[in-house]
Amino acid sequence: MQTVTKTAAKDKNEARLELGEVAFDIRNLDLYYGNFHALKNINVKIPARQVTAFIGPSGCGKSTLLRCFNRMNDLIEDVRITGEIHMAGREIHGSDVDVVRLRTEVGMVFQHPNPFPMSIYDNVAYGLRCQGVKNRQTLDAVVENSLKKAALWDEAKDILDRNALKLSGGQQQRLCIARAIALEPQVILMDEPTSALDPIATMKIEELMNDLKKDYTIVIVTHSMQQAARISDRTAFFLLGEVIEFDDTVTMFNKPSDARTESYITGRFG
Amino acid sequence: MARKVFDQELEQLHADIGALGARVEGIMGDTIHALESHDIEMARVIFEQDPEINMAQNKIEQLCINLIALQQPIASDLRLIAATLKMVTDVERIADQCADISEIMATYPEFTKFPTPPRILTMFKIAREMFAGAIDAFLRRDVDQARAIQARDDEVDTMFSQTILEMSNLLRDDPNLISQATDSMFIAKYIERMADHATNISEWAIYTVTGEHKSMTNKLLGRRRPLM
Repeated sequence: MQTVTKTAAKDKNEARLELGEVAFDIRNLDLYYGNFHALKNINVKIPARQVTAFIGPSGCGKSTLLRCFNRMNDLIEDVRITGEIHMAGREIHGSDVDVVRLRTEVGMVFQHPNPFPMSIYDNVAYGLRCQGVKNRQTLDAVVENSLKKAALWDEAKDILDRNALKLSGGQQQRLCIARAIALEPQVILMDEPTSALDPIATMKIEELMNDLKKDYTIVIVTHSMQQAARISDRTAFFLLGEVIEFDDTVTMFNKPSDARTESYITGRFG
Repeated sequence: MARKVFDQELEQLHADIGALGARVEGIMGDTIHALESHDIEMARVIFEQDPEINMAQNKIEQLCINLIALQQPIASDLRLIAATLKMVTDVERIADQCADISEIMATYPEFTKFPTPPRILTMFKIAREMFAGAIDAFLRRDVDQARAIQARDDEVDTMFSQTILEMSNLLRDDPNLISQATDSMFIAKYIERMADHATNISEWAIYTVTGEHKSMTNKLLGRRRPLM
């Protein structure tokens, strides 16, 4: 496993990665937690600028694969990965890959909203400030644009100085999405982003995903098959560390080709 | 912004039903014209349009199935989608019956030697009005209009029975007219079925609003059935 090297701020002159039709090309990927074989020979192409949903029972490897895309698994001890994940023509485990840069390009939103204990404005501006951006006008523009893209601007524009922890759960989650967007990522990974939210807040996040996919590749892990059906263009069904089926969501939910997928999505096991 | 994608797809469904309804209403009008003027060429054009109507029906059905599979519709949304799956068959059958009438005209030139019985044309015009009104009631969710359409079905049934009687008498008086008389009876039956389909559509229009559907069984038990 390559050592994670913290590097200086993203070079502002460095060109943004350009994704083609495929955001991640995963080839022969295996992942072990110690002796536990968590992902088994994964071969999948995640399309760019679409919503891809990962579904499957608990412990089947959905989140593990999601965390491979920005190398979050590097932070876990005793993880061993073989195989390749190509993004924009580069293998993301390569020695030339800057992991901090990778995580800027591949943002992440978690199950429980995790805003920093600071103002709404400072939350969104945090990443840019870490990169050394100080110009107030630049920060103002990015904060406004990011909050607009995250469908939070109308609710937050008059309370930007308010502590983000005072927002509702759904607003906090949209703030976390805005915080990710502020760094101009190519991809936004979402690990059960609505499981801690009520149905109205869930609906807002789902609508937001539909709007965001014009500009971003979204990969979402969800325990709700109905959510995967509603929001995704492609769906992958995982079972015991394998991708059993990966297809257009319309096909997956009308006529899956594998009997195990059919059993799972019709609620007959799992 | 609640359920924007779903709402957009429901709007698409609404537009597709409206477009198919307008198309079939036009075909009914053309068929009436062809019958009135014995326009064989128009009859052929009507007949040739049938595959396009079937494709439009399939498109609507597929959209409904995808909405059920992906959007988990419930309550009024589910009623609308379920009703659409049912009524779109009625719409397509009406186009089929126009094609059947056109086929008779194009295939049996004997039929065009005599004027189409005026009662058949009147029946057809009523059936067309019923269909247009039923589609409109379905799209606008107008229960009162839908109920008014159902009431007109008896009018068509009565005219159908009269036509059968009239053609039977014609046959009795002049057996040489067997071809014209039987063709007219078939055409009258097709038109009577069109009015039934329009009635079905209006029943599904009521169902989308109220959740209640008057089953065909109850309807038939409650009234005198037409001949044939």
